[in-house]
Amino acid sequence: MELTRRDALAALAGAGVVGASGAAVLRRDADGATGEPPAAETVETATAVAEVIYPAAVSNVPEFVETYLSGRLEARPEHRAGVEGAVAELDRFADAFYDVPRYVDLDADRRLTVLHRANVDENDPDPDGGPAERVRYYVVNDLLFALYASPTGGELVGIENPQGHPGGADSYQRGPK
Amino acid sequence: MSGAESDPSNAERTPEPRADVCVIGAGPAGALAAYRLASEGHDVVILDAGPRFDPDSRIERMERAIRPAHPDPEVWDMGGERDAYSSGGERFYPLNSSRVKGIGGSTLHWQGMVMRNHEADFERRTRDGVAADWPIGYDDLRPYYADAEAELGVAGASDNPFAPPRNEPYPMPAFEPSYSDSLFAEACERLGVSMHSVPNARNSETYDGRGSCVGYGTCKPVCPSGAKYSADVHVRKAEAEGARVIDRAPVQALETDRSGRVATARYATPGGSEYRQAAREFVVACGGVETPRLLLLSESADHPDGLANSSGLVGRYFTEHLFCGAGGLLDAETRQNHVGFLTSECHQFYDDPGQATEGTGGSIPGSDADLGPIKLEFLNYAGPSPVELAMGAAEFGDDLLDSLQDAYGHNIAMGGLVGQLPRKENRVTLDTSRTDDHGNPVPDIHWSLDDRTRRTIRRANEIQHAILDELGVDVGWTVGPENTGPAFHHMGTTRMGADPAESVVNPRLRTHDVSNLSIASSSVFVTPGALNPTLTIAALSLKCAEHVDERL
Ligand SMILES: Cc1cc2nc3c(=O)[nH]c(=O)nc-3n(C[C@H](O)[C@H](O)[C@H](O)COP(=O)(O)OP(=O)(O)OC[C@H]3O[C@@H](n4cnc5c(N)ncnc54)[C@H](O)[C@@H]3O)c2cc1C
Ligand code: SF4
Repeated sequence: MELTRRDALAALAGAGVVGASGAAVLRRDADGATGEPPAAETVETATAVAEVIYPAAVSNVPEFVETYLSGRLEARPEHRAGVEGAVAELDRFADAFYDVPRYVDLDADRRLTVLHRANVDENDPDPDGGPAERVRYYVVNDLLFALYASPTGGELVGIENPQGHPGGADSYQRGPK
Repeated sequence: MSGAESDPSNAERTPEPRADVCVIGAGPAGALAAYRLASEGHDVVILDAGPRFDPDSRIERMERAIRPAHPDPEVWDMGGERDAYSSGGERFYPLNSSRVKGIGGSTLHWQGMVMRNHEADFERRTRDGVAADWPIGYDDLRPYYADAEAELGVAGASDNPFAPPRNEPYPMPAFEPSYSDSLFAEACERLGVSMHSVPNARNSETYDGRGSCVGYGTCKPVCPSGAKYSADVHVRKAEAEGARVIDRAPVQALETDRSGRVATARYATPGGSEYRQAAREFVVACGGVETPRLLLLSESADHPDGLANSSGLVGRYFTEHLFCGAGGLLDAETRQNHVGFLTSECHQFYDDPGQATEGTGGSIPGSDADLGPIKLEFLNYAGPSPVELAMGAAEFGDDLLDSLQDAYGHNIAMGGLVGQLPRKENRVTLDTSRTDDHGNPVPDIHWSLDDRTRRTIRRANEIQHAILDELGVDVGWTVGPENTGPAFHHMGTTRMGADPAESVVNPRLRTHDVSNLSIASSSVFVTPGALNPTLTIAALSLKCAEHVDERL
């Protein structure tokens, strides 16, 4: 299932960055960026995480992550610092466990192993917690929120209007397909 | 937070030089009273303990509501020293989950189900021989109910054969029943149980300048679209009528003059100053817990037991609605969690909780036990929300998706409410061993359950299990008398009555003891019924405003 631009915009709408129509992002595309775009390393690292925490059934992950992160970080500077800090933690984990400087340089198996060995899977997300808790909050859960609160992510699970997505007041009346 | 959020320190918070009415509390009770009195041309000032929230922050608050790192009270900034409390009773009472402080009050967080009380709710002593009758009846409140429904904006249908009589249609059409309601409908028909719509303070179409529901599904604790009514709507309307709002201004005490009338409300500001707001009339609308607390904090040489407390009943008869429910898995898709509100309920066991039923394919046996009213609900958000599950999971990728697919899709559940009997020993007092951020003793909630309430919860479970069994549900959980919890409806504590020895306010919502002090709140309820209280609060508040207006 392809993650579309509409999914990224829906995820942004759910995160309060743009109106449900995605007007702000579209405008930015037309007029040139207003805020500071996220650093390329941030987008690359988040994409590397998304590729292992998203199910294999979704495609077009890099574009989805980039659109989502750009919109979100430009709009929320206080969140941006948290995401950048968590990305730096991921690089430190990669260095500690596999002696490579950057998380993105690991293959997919090792990227997943890092998340498990650093206890990012077991730790509770906490924006003010330790490294694993911050990675869980700012990177892993940001990306899971973006996916599973979007129409495509919802549909994978069987709900086309997941919590957090303003998908109208009709879907709840419909029976199973 | 953006600029529209109220400034914690610098905003102008000096008193209004000329005020006819000082309303304390900006939840639905205070907001409606203030709006009505300002519309009548009076100078109104509203003081609220909490901030004015920026409407644009609601989306971020919704994210907080969904993400597991943020507990529910954090969504609306509850907790901390400002909201410290004790729970000294038999049962723990989770006060900070059950209210919000700020412009809009607890309706920022509420679910938004709004029903008129049944006629029997006002006559519990006469009909059942328990508790006490209200000094007013349904007919007295009837015009105010209609008014309240128009103000809040209620989507409803006249399809409830058990509801009290009404003349006028609801302001908006009811929400269509959910798919899972249709599953329940078949089982209910086979058992002879009637389902009907839920009146919702939620826009099913554009109403009063607010758009219709777009299905974010997070109504409780936050509706980002504004389709769900919250009382900040009427605070803005009151302001448009000339009222002034002072936020982050917790009232510390009401001070009386030599004639025994309230002269000023002494309030604190974030900058550390204290001011006194004078007015001709005062309306306290601080909710069911802070209202008695404020009266108790207002003790003085003239009022050694607290203000308006010659009966000794301020804080007493604290009552709640108890949740009862059951749910489990069905071997079919149930389509839950698309929206965060209910579309169907059942009042059949309200006035006659022990009745037996007989349907096309089965029956529910009767009970001749002494029981209170029961409201039954058919939930649209049974089971986990996939997005919340994902963020709490300990696995990723395809494993995570497999687990989500396993967990989502087959849950189904019923809820319900039962009102407890008012008991004198259930009460709000001051805990002088702990203080809030202004050095005031914190509220202490003494809460316990009586046997009649427990019995009624058991009866509700019996009916719920019968329906779920008929539907073929593999029942996995039940909330019964042992594990029940409060529905977050604070009632009692400054009860209404004709006799000053037995009550705190009179039927005109004015305190017996103090001639210019009124109370707009569920704290004046004599008995709780089993229906969500806010429409009745709103109706009483409009009645209160009318009587204040008559005196001005
Ligand atoms: C999770 C949840 C779900 C609910 N669902 C429903 C529902 O579906 N249907 C329903 O009918 N009801 C529901 N309720 C209850 C409903 O929210 C309350 O009945 C209603 O908000 C009470 O209105 P109020 O104006 O009396 O008090 P509140 O809304 O609590 O407002 C009181 C205000 O007073 C202010 N205040 C307190 N002390 C002071 C002071 N000393 N000085 C100045 N200001 C002060 C507070 O800051 C607050 O803003 C729900 C409540 C919760 C928490
Ligand atoms: S379901 Fe409707 S009322 Fe509830 S949060 Fe969404 S838009 Fe608001």
